[in-house]
Amino acid sequence: MDDDLTAPAPFLRIDAERRFPGGATIEARFDIPQPGFSVTVLFGPSGSGKTTALRLLAGLERADVGTLQVDGQTWSDAVRGLHRPPQLRDVGFLPQAYHLFPHLSVAANLAYGLRASAPAERQARVDELLALLELTPLKDRPPGELSGGQQQRVALGRALARRPQLLLLDEPLSALDRPSQLRLRKELRDLLRNLDLPTVLVTHDRAEALQLGDRLVVMDQGRFCQCGDIQQVFDRPTDPAVARILGVETVVRGQVESIMEGLATVAVGPARILAADPGSLGREAFVCIRGEDVAVERCGAAATESTARNRLAGRIIALQAEGSLVRLALDVGFPLESLVTRQACQDLGLAEGDAVCAILKAAAVHLLPHD
Amino acid sequence: MDWQAIRLSLWLASLTTASLLLLGVPLAYWLAFSHRRWKFLVEAVVAMPLVLPPTVLGFYLLMAMGPRSPLGRAFEGLFGHTLPFSFEGLLLASVLYSLPFMIQPLATAFAAVDRGLIEASWCLGESRPRTFLRIIAPLSWAGILTGVVLSFAHTLGEFGVVLMVGGNLPGRTRTVSIAIYDQVQAMDYGPAARTAALLLLVSFLVLTFTYALRRHARKPWMMI
Repeated sequence: MDDDLTAPAPFLRIDAERRFPGGATIEARFDIPQPGFSVTVLFGPSGSGKTTALRLLAGLERADVGTLQVDGQTWSDAVRGLHRPPQLRDVGFLPQAYHLFPHLSVAANLAYGLRASAPAERQARVDELLALLELTPLKDRPPGELSGGQQQRVALGRALARRPQLLLLDEPLSALDRPSQLRLRKELRDLLRNLDLPTVLVTHDRAEALQLGDRLVVMDQGRFCQCGDIQQVFDRPTDPAVARILGVETVVRGQVESIMEGLATVAVGPARILAADPGSLGREAFVCIRGEDVAVERCGAAATESTARNRLAGRIIALQAEGSLVRLALDVGFPLESLVTRQACQDLGLAEGDAVCAILKAAAVHLLPHD
Repeated sequence: MDWQAIRLSLWLASLTTASLLLLGVPLAYWLAFSHRRWKFLVEAVVAMPLVLPPTVLGFYLLMAMGPRSPLGRAFEGLFGHTLPFSFEGLLLASVLYSLPFMIQPLATAFAAVDRGLIEASWCLGESRPRTFLRIIAPLSWAGILTGVVLSFAHTLGEFGVVLMVGGNLPGRTRTVSIAIYDQVQAMDYGPAARTAALLLLVSFLVLTFTYALRRHARKPWMMI
């Protein structure tokens, strides 16, 4: 990162460590450049310290080293012994298990943080949240009688009630069943955009990170690895740990051009890719392709009839042997990885710089809506 | 039946329970949530009356309250009579003697409240005392009820400490358990049997009521 002294301070900057008595140290080091809508995803395997990083932001953990600044104010400074308690941080926090107050109704849960408001104002805000989250018919129920998705909405509403300047979501969808997760991802992102709030979201689910996030912070074993625009991090992981965590997939952003009979055409740079329509596609999507799903052939070869819908012309940038396999880095208008057997590679006599065609089935292309 | 002794016992038990609630809530809160290293020492001291013979506790209390102790002198200076063999002395002794019966159910109940609920409350701007009133106390109602009932019943039934510290002064320190003892000593079995039966009935009803309430521990608010 350049030390540009003329650049304005970011909306949020955390550079802090939490050292647990048992010996584990968790680093949190990233920033959110602007106020307003953006979703920063803290991503990593379980045990990587994502939740601790989120709790440092909420003030539920005290930083042992480093500082946290939000909107020009210091919330945490270990050297000066400064720690703003969670009560005085203007954040909305959605814990992983929701932690709704079991002895209070849905409406009372939403109103919990509004004690300081006038009763009429409080009632208006609760009604507004009930309407926004479609909870009005449930307002007198205790949370124990709600479904997982309904509880998630109550917890989100409770976190939003005080109109926080920062929203913290700890695995907001992980307590839900798979179909609900897929449905709610898009709803959640639409809602966050309408709220125009900077959000920090913890997840270990790559698809969720891609679909909900704008910026990605990769963490591994308590170590901060990389932070940046989601596409940039997927394209250029700075170290092998990041690449391993992100997986072998090619992930590129594309524009949805058309959808016909369940098949979407997506433009990625100059290339056009056909893929199965996952539903709820908007204008943009992330295209995910696994290396083992990409076959390679010589471009001169006669185009035989094939079920594969995608033939992308390009060239080989690099070859790297991995045991009995060879990983090919291709340029087909965007960077694409292919995993082929060493035998196949030798039979075709593939070498760096060769012109080739990448073949992949539409069914093997995974689209994640991202608007 | 010695109605004077019964009234005195009920009054003593009520005051003891009220004092224990005031003293016990902060102490139990501290025991449930503190991370101090020497917390176990306080826990041990609080639990002492459970294992100590009442006469031992009574003996030390008598020494501590006596006219030669600072506490005894201070009390005498303020109220004009000595602390031992008075109702106030009896109240102080009862509070100490029943301390674990209040503290332990409270501390257990407070500690059982999900930490995540407490943190959620903090993040919604509520201070620690407010979080206690709005989250911890309502969710610990069964433990609070148990503490109140056990303290009350235990005070009603105490004998050894009362005898050591309070003596046996009718209307001032003669409690119902002492009255029964007196009646038996005087071979006066009729009143003794009636008083004993009354105590038995009261204890049984109170405990039945408590356990019936606790059956609804998961959803106490549904009963209100």
